[in-house]
Amino acid sequence: MALLRKVGLSAVIYAIAILWAIPLVWVVYMAFRPQSLSLSSGISLHFTFDNLKCVWEAAPFLVYFTNTLIIVIGIFAVQMVTVTMAAYAFARLAFAGKTIVFLVFLVQIMIPVDVLIFPEYMVLKELSLLDTKLGIMIPYFGSALGIFLMRQHFMTIPADLEEAAQMEGATKWRILWTIYFPLARPALLSFGLVSVSYHWNNFVWPLIVTNSVENRPLTVGLALFAKAAETGAQWSVTTAATLLVIAPLLIGFLFFQRKFINSFVSSGVK
Amino acid sequence: MAGSLGKRWRSEVFAWGLLAPSLLFLAVFTFYPIWITGVQSFYTKNLAVREPVFAGADNYSQLFSDSLFHKVLINNFWYMLGTVPGALALGLIFALFANRALKLRGFVRVSFFYPNVIPMIALANVWLFIYTPEYGLLSRLTDMIGAGHTAWLGSEKWVMPALVVMMVWKEAGYFMIFYLAGLQNIPNDLYEAAQVDGVGKWRVFWRITFPLLMPTTLFVLVVALTNAFKTIDQLFIMTQGGPNNASNLLLYYIYQQAFSYWDFGAAAAATIVMIAFMLLITVLQFVGMDRKIHYR
Repeated sequence: MALLRKVGLSAVIYAIAILWAIPLVWVVYMAFRPQSLSLSSGISLHFTFDNLKCVWEAAPFLVYFTNTLIIVIGIFAVQMVTVTMAAYAFARLAFAGKTIVFLVFLVQIMIPVDVLIFPEYMVLKELSLLDTKLGIMIPYFGSALGIFLMRQHFMTIPADLEEAAQMEGATKWRILWTIYFPLARPALLSFGLVSVSYHWNNFVWPLIVTNSVENRPLTVGLALFAKAAETGAQWSVTTAATLLVIAPLLIGFLFFQRKFINSFVSSGVK
Repeated sequence: MAGSLGKRWRSEVFAWGLLAPSLLFLAVFTFYPIWITGVQSFYTKNLAVREPVFAGADNYSQLFSDSLFHKVLINNFWYMLGTVPGALALGLIFALFANRALKLRGFVRVSFFYPNVIPMIALANVWLFIYTPEYGLLSRLTDMIGAGHTAWLGSEKWVMPALVVMMVWKEAGYFMIFYLAGLQNIPNDLYEAAQVDGVGKWRVFWRITFPLLMPTTLFVLVVALTNAFKTIDQLFIMTQGGPNNASNLLLYYIYQQAFSYWDFGAAAAATIVMIAFMLLITVLQFVGMDRKIHYR
């Protein structure tokens, strides 16, 4: 009886898991399905690469890809430096007003940039950064979340390491980059995964900032493409475009799911 | 003496130097925007009035007498009431299931979590098709069971439930991983002691698991509430706030005021309302944190 119940519960959870997977399975299925069959309800094994080819030729997805890559790498590269520096100050240095500065950084988590789309646009206009990739990136160059994550990691690094280096005459600046920074790799990787997936997926902000193909990331490109093809007959093409956009992160996730999930968990521990 | 004072001074300068880049970005892209929103919200600036004119509280009184704004707030309230408890409960249930020694646990986790590594805008494309009137997956399903179909996203009655279901589908897996982490932090001997005493499973859940998960629940609750106000991406693809503004939410309203109607005064005042909601959620978090301390 107990065994039966256990099997029954497992069956339920698997059934729900399969239900959850349907949208993804469906995207893959439709993306490779010939256009002529896209509205038929029958299930068959006809498949084709025409849709993907059509998408690739119809819209500058290569440019979008490049832009997204530049944006996510650019943001994270700058974040690594700003976050490491600030986290070290919070973890290992005594200075006046530490608590207040810490609270000041909390404001960024309380009021995220996402809800400030309108004033953020005004600031970017004042800085003449509208319709530039730098404009998409710059509001995210400082990250309170990253600082808090790195600070927690820095505090676990034994202080003797630093003292030993100091005895040998290393400056704090050197110690930061030669001892702390390399030792923080796991925390940086976690933060990196969260940062990259966030900015890979970000939509409204780049939509507001950009106005030209040269600067648009994948998400904005996909939205424009889907808008242009909003009729039933274009389903296969839209799903093919969707698949193209989601594939890189999704494949990364499938291979490194444990790392991904742990990173998201650690980003939530405040 | 002078030496140690000099040293102290130098370490102070060093610390602030390290903080400077982050503080600069924080000042320019968080505090300054909040400040100009506050200022702008007292000025009229739109397509008719190109140069800002001081207007006192006009923007606010107009905003609060705007029936569309009322509707947007009510929509957002219902959206919140649908997504927050739904996603929290499902996340917890999934975690309880997935925490059991299941074979294929990896598959279950991936299946629940993958919506969170995909852009919302891509998910919106997929769900747009799920909700398509005649040929969509949902319509085919309801046709099959003989319930007939409707234009889910084109109906004032169904559009909000449809958006809620989609958001719960996305968020449940995200919350599940936090609950899973929380479950792993509960010491096993508590369960063993309960078992020795012959306490029923239901009681064990309400007396041990649920209270000990309170910190996780509080965190997840804050995220869910914030997400309910940050929702905007899917509206661009799926509804544009329609039909008849039945799915218009606060952030989308701000977007429309600012970038469709170029009414900067209204957009600023609405952004202030948004900031107020964010602060309210923070207050809730601090109150909750005070209360849960004895569980640590």
